[in-house]
Amino acid sequence: MTRVARLVWLGVVFHFRHLSRNAFAVTTTTIWPLVYATLAYFMFRAGSEPETLLLASIGATVMGIWSVTTVDAADSIQRQRWLGVLELLVAAPAPFWAVLLPITIASSAIGVYSLVSTLLWGRLIFGIPLEFEQPLVFALAIPPTIVSIGLLGFVMASMIVRFRAGWAVGNMFEYPVWLVTGLLIPIALLPTWVEPISWLLAPTWGMRALSDAAFAGGSAFLDIAMCLVLSAVYTVVGSMLLGRFLESARRRATLSLT
Amino acid sequence: MNVVEAVDLRRTYRITTGTFRRRSREIEAVRGVSFSIREGELFGLLGPNGAGKTTTIKMLNTLLIPSGGSAHVLGFDVVQDARRIRERIGYVFGGDRGLYERLSALDNLRYFAELYGVEPRRQRARIEELLALVGLDGREEERVEGYSRGMRQRLHLARGLLHDPPVLFLDEPTIGVDPVGARELRALIASLTQQGKTVLLTTHYMFEADSLCDRIAVIAKGEIVAQGTPQQLKARVEQSGVVEVEVFGIDEASVRRIEALPDVLTVTVEEQEQKQLLIVQTAPGAELTHVILAQLRSVSVGRVASREPTLEDAYVQLVTA
Repeated sequence: MTRVARLVWLGVVFHFRHLSRNAFAVTTTTIWPLVYATLAYFMFRAGSEPETLLLASIGATVMGIWSVTTVDAADSIQRQRWLGVLELLVAAPAPFWAVLLPITIASSAIGVYSLVSTLLWGRLIFGIPLEFEQPLVFALAIPPTIVSIGLLGFVMASMIVRFRAGWAVGNMFEYPVWLVTGLLIPIALLPTWVEPISWLLAPTWGMRALSDAAFAGGSAFLDIAMCLVLSAVYTVVGSMLLGRFLESARRRATLSLT
Repeated sequence: MNVVEAVDLRRTYRITTGTFRRRSREIEAVRGVSFSIREGELFGLLGPNGAGKTTTIKMLNTLLIPSGGSAHVLGFDVVQDARRIRERIGYVFGGDRGLYERLSALDNLRYFAELYGVEPRRQRARIEELLALVGLDGREEERVEGYSRGMRQRLHLARGLLHDPPVLFLDEPTIGVDPVGARELRALIASLTQQGKTVLLTTHYMFEADSLCDRIAVIAKGEIVAQGTPQQLKARVEQSGVVEVEVFGIDEASVRRIEALPDVLTVTVEEQEQKQLLIVQTAPGAELTHVILAQLRSVSVGRVASREPTLEDAYVQLVTA
C-alpha cells in the first residue's frame, strides 16, 4: 500500500512538472479562466456587492479547474499515446489505476495556476477585496477540491484508454457541468431534478467548500468531507471501468493507436 | 530450460472502413507462430515490415491478448499471469517516441524505476550504474528533447533494464540510429547475454541478426518460414549463386522478364542514389550472367559481379517464396 501511495504521489509530481514545462499550456490555463471571470464580474456587478463579486471570482476559479480537468484529463491520456509511452505504462507491473490516476490529478492541479490568476485578476482589475472569513479553511479546501475534480477526470479518462476519440466526450461535459454544479448560476434557479445530479459531481462540493470558507456561510468541513467521499467513489468506479477498458484495449489492439 | 515458449500463437485484427456504411474485415497478423527461446539465448525474429514481428512481441509482453494459441514467459501464461510477466521482463522499442521529452533522462528513469517497483533505496545506485552502462553519465540532467536518436535509444535501453529483468524484448532497437550509434547499441545488446539475460530481438537488418543472434526465426506474412542458427539459414542458399548488376533506370518489364527466366530464384532491386542494384539469385550450378544481360538491352548497365550468397540472400529467398 505504501508503495502504491508513493507511486501516486511521485506520479502527480512527475506529471505536474511535465505539464508545467509546457509554457503554452500553462499560459492558456492561466489566461483562459480570466475570460469567464471577467464575464461573471460584469454579470454580478449589477448587485454591486463585493461578496457576490468574490463569489463570481471563486466560481470562475472552479470553472477553470474543471475546464482544465475535463479537457486535459482526456487529452492527457491521448498525450501519452502521442508520446508513445501509453504502452510502456501498461507494460509496467504497477497497477494501472495507480499510474493513470496521478496523470489526471496533475492535470487538475494545473488549475492552481488558474486559481491564483483569477483571484489576482479580480483584485487588481476589479478591486474585489480578497477577504476570506476563514482563510485557513479556504486554503485547506483547495487540495480536496482539486483532487476530487481530478478523480472525476480519472473516471472519464479511463474510457480514453480504450477509445482514442474519447477526448471529445471530455470536451462535451465541460459546459453542462458548469451549469449543473452551480458554477455559473445558483442551482436553486434550475429544475429540481438537477440538484441530485449536482450532488454526484465534485465541482459542486468544491465550489461550496471554497465559498463557505470565504463567507462562513455553511460548514466548509462537511463540503470537504463530501469531496473526499466522492474522491473515494470515483477511485473505485474509475478503477473498475479502467480494468474493463484496458482488457478491451488489449483485446482490440487500440493502445498504440494515435 | 525454455524461457519463452510460443505455441501456435495467433492474432487477428478487425479493420473497419467507411464512414456511413461501415464494413469490417479481419486480418490475420500472426498465423500460428511457434518457437521457443532458451535461457541466456539471443533469439532474433527477422522479417519485413508488416510480417508480424511487433505483434508477436506485444503478445509475449502482455500488451496484446492472443486470438489463439498459447505463450509462456518464464513459465507464466501471457493471458492469465500478465502482472507476474511484467515484473520480470523489459520492453524496449526503437524510434523517437516513448519518453517524456520535456523532462530529463534522470527524471524519466526515476519515474520508470517507481513503475517497475525498484526499491527506493536502490534506485539511485541502479540509475547511476545504468547511465554509465549506456554512456549517458554526465548528460542525465539534460532534457530528453535535446537528445540525438542514438542517445534516446540508449536511454530506452537503460529504462528497460531498470528492474534488472531476466528477459528482454527488443523491438527494432537500432532503427534510424546512425552507424556509429547502432554499432555501440549492438555491443551493448551483445553484452546483455553475457550477463545471463535472455533476449528476443526483432530486426530487419541482416548483419545485425547475423552478428548478434544465436538463433533466428524468419517471419513472413504472419508465419515462421525458417528457423535456425545464422549458419544453418545461410546453408539453405549456399549452393546457389548471386549475380549483381548495376543499372540506370531499370523498368518493371525488364525485372519481370528476368524473374521469368528458368533457374532464377529471386530478383530484388535496391535503389542507390542515381542508379539501382539488381540482385538476382540463381539456382545451384546455373550460369545466367549473359542471359540476364540480354534482358537488359534497353537499360544502361554498369558493374556486373558474381558472389557467394549471404544471410540476406537466404532471407530474401525465404520471405519472397
